[in-house]
Amino acid sequence: MTLTHYLVLSGILFSVGASAVLLRRNAIIAFMGVELMLNATNLALVTFSRLHGDLTGQVLAFFVMVVAAAEVVVGLAIIVAIFRTRRSASIDDVNLLKS
Amino acid sequence: MHASALTATLPALSPVVNPAGLPASGGVWSFAWLVVALPLTSAALLLLLGRRSDRWGHWLGVLASAGAFVVGLLAMLEVLGHDASSRVWNLRLGTWIDAGALHLDAGLRFDPLSLTFVLLVTFVGTLIHVYSVAYMEHDENRRRFFAYLNLFVAAMLLLVLADSYVLLFVGWEGVGLASYLLIGFWNHHTPYAVAAKKAFVANRVGDVGLLVAMGLIFANFGALDFGTVLAHPADHASEGTLTWIGLALLLAACGKSAQFPLQSWLGDAMAGPTPVSALIHAATMVTAGVYLIVRSGAVFEAAPTAQLVVVVIGAITLLFGAVVGCAKDDIKKALAASTMSQIGYMVLAAGLGPVGYAFAIFHLVTHGFFKAGMFLGAGSVMHGMDDQVDMRRFGGLARYMKITWVTFMMGWLAILGIPPFAGFFSKDKIIEAAFIPVDGATWRAWVFGSVALLGAGITAFYMSRLFFMTFEGERRWTTRKDGSEQHPHESPALMTWPMIILAVGSVGLGLVLALGNRFTGWLEPVTGHVEHEEPVLPAGVLVALTLAAVVVGLVLAWRRYATSTVPVVPPLGTALTRAARVDLYQDAVNDAVLVEPGQHLTRSLVYADHAVVDGGVKGLTHATVGLGALLRRLQTGYVRTYAATMLGGLVVLLVVVLAVQS
Repeated sequence: MTLTHYLVLSGILFSVGASAVLLRRNAIIAFMGVELMLNATNLALVTFSRLHGDLTGQVLAFFVMVVAAAEVVVGLAIIVAIFRTRRSASIDDVNLLKS
Repeated sequence: MHASALTATLPALSPVVNPAGLPASGGVWSFAWLVVALPLTSAALLLLLGRRSDRWGHWLGVLASAGAFVVGLLAMLEVLGHDASSRVWNLRLGTWIDAGALHLDAGLRFDPLSLTFVLLVTFVGTLIHVYSVAYMEHDENRRRFFAYLNLFVAAMLLLVLADSYVLLFVGWEGVGLASYLLIGFWNHHTPYAVAAKKAFVANRVGDVGLLVAMGLIFANFGALDFGTVLAHPADHASEGTLTWIGLALLLAACGKSAQFPLQSWLGDAMAGPTPVSALIHAATMVTAGVYLIVRSGAVFEAAPTAQLVVVVIGAITLLFGAVVGCAKDDIKKALAASTMSQIGYMVLAAGLGPVGYAFAIFHLVTHGFFKAGMFLGAGSVMHGMDDQVDMRRFGGLARYMKITWVTFMMGWLAILGIPPFAGFFSKDKIIEAAFIPVDGATWRAWVFGSVALLGAGITAFYMSRLFFMTFEGERRWTTRKDGSEQHPHESPALMTWPMIILAVGSVGLGLVLALGNRFTGWLEPVTGHVEHEEPVLPAGVLVALTLAAVVVGLVLAWRRYATSTVPVVPPLGTALTRAARVDLYQDAVNDAVLVEPGQHLTRSLVYADHAVVDGGVKGLTHATVGLGALLRRLQTGYVRTYAATMLGGLVVLLVVVLAVQS
């Protein structure tokens, strides 16, 4: 199992996450797609860290996790708030800023 | 003042004896500026006080004009008390313009020429003021009318008293403004407002000439005051330049004096109240052009070509006005055509050089009297005939308006040039001067002399026609506007007295001024003394010929308009009559040559403005808006679209970075 496999897996996970964000209407699912993309990035960072033999990538992965945790808090709060006011979790309904 | 005594002290052919003039101070000169200030202040007061001065405003106007006359008379007496060589006085009012190379003092120049004008303008002007008190009695805007009259007089006085072309120009424009206001005094009537506009525009064309002349003079002389410019023009500029200056000045004179080809405004200017017509034709306005030419005489003498053009213009206008006058049925328009013709005589004389200057001004003065008298007479007739102006609807008025009839007759005999009435002494001299060869060119003497002689005959015809149609023959009156019977009546004393005084002037002024060459001698400090050559025909023969032409015209008019029936409806007439009725197609020609091309030009400019300038600006805005509309489509409001855009952008960035790096 070479490092390349990790990178391929990271790419697949990223693509799955991106597809979920682009294709699904449910806000929760799209949100999970975002998380998946972040974690795919984390995997790639760690892999490159191994590849180059320094710790920069792993440190960055921690940063991403922290940001992701904060993002989950804010994002879920927004989704809950939207659901409460609009009785829907579909992101296509959230287009009021369009004139 | 004897002419022979003067000639001894004057160098022959000198245009201006003492061009710089003597500094005027003390005595009458300490308040001589009042001559302009009085009517100007009165005009300002009447306009500023508004309706508050309605009750006494007209008398203030009369007083201001009369006061100016008194001041002018005092100045005249002061000047008369001096020797002929020191009769040019400069009254300095202060520095006016001090800008780089141009240093100009504002000042008034009192010399025989300007004083002649001052007295004519204020005397005739005051009489017309008095007349207007009664004539405009029922007009609720009489006070405003008097304010304008005062402004007119003040502007004309400034024009003739100015000691530089620039100050003259101020008066020149003031006259233009006042004439516009007065011609359009009844501007609630659209044709009258249009007539005022026409006069204003025609005058502006002339003003361009004066501006060009001033520019040329300043460029070549470095000064604009008469003292410098007129002293020795030939030292400062070549003959070619002087010719152009002269032609530009002539253009200015043509505009103001209604000379060919800028004559078209004069007939329409009859839209103003009749006293205005009298003022325009006798004292202010149309005489300004003659004044300008005579004042700039030194320039013209140094440019013989320009002088010849002046004579030609005068001759053309003389005949033009006379022919038009023969066909007009509107009494005021016939008089207007007559003015044009008479001013043509003056311009012709002014173009003859020093020989003619004094006669031009002499005729101007006598004409001022008899023409003002006749215009006031016409106003009196209109006053008594319910504002009727069609002479075919007059007839037999002599019995009903005795004073108007007699005073008008004096003016009529004067303009005909019947001795010893005023016109005989002035017009006859012009005809004689026209017959004098200039520089030995006898063809000029014959051509211009014959034109002047012919003009005298036609003048006799149309003025007699006017007189007979109005006062003689049988009654051809219509009913009044309200349908009642026409009751012609004599005008009130305030109107008849000015007419009587002017009639006295029309009778005696010529003889008084001509005796012993008084008038020509008086003007010599300005016009210079010149021993002229003999006319191509003996003077006695010329007088006889002129009188014969006058009598022929008179008898023709008598037979056609006094002893035979005058048709109430104008007959078709010959082609010339029909042309003369529409002023020899002057308006049609102006329309075709100037107005329509001008309108087409403006229309195409407006089109170009819309299509090119506006089109460019509007095109830019349309393009911006269109682009915005296109870009707006990208903003769908769907989160996934934005996400996809971000993703796509990222991919593009990656590709670009990789492509650049490899």
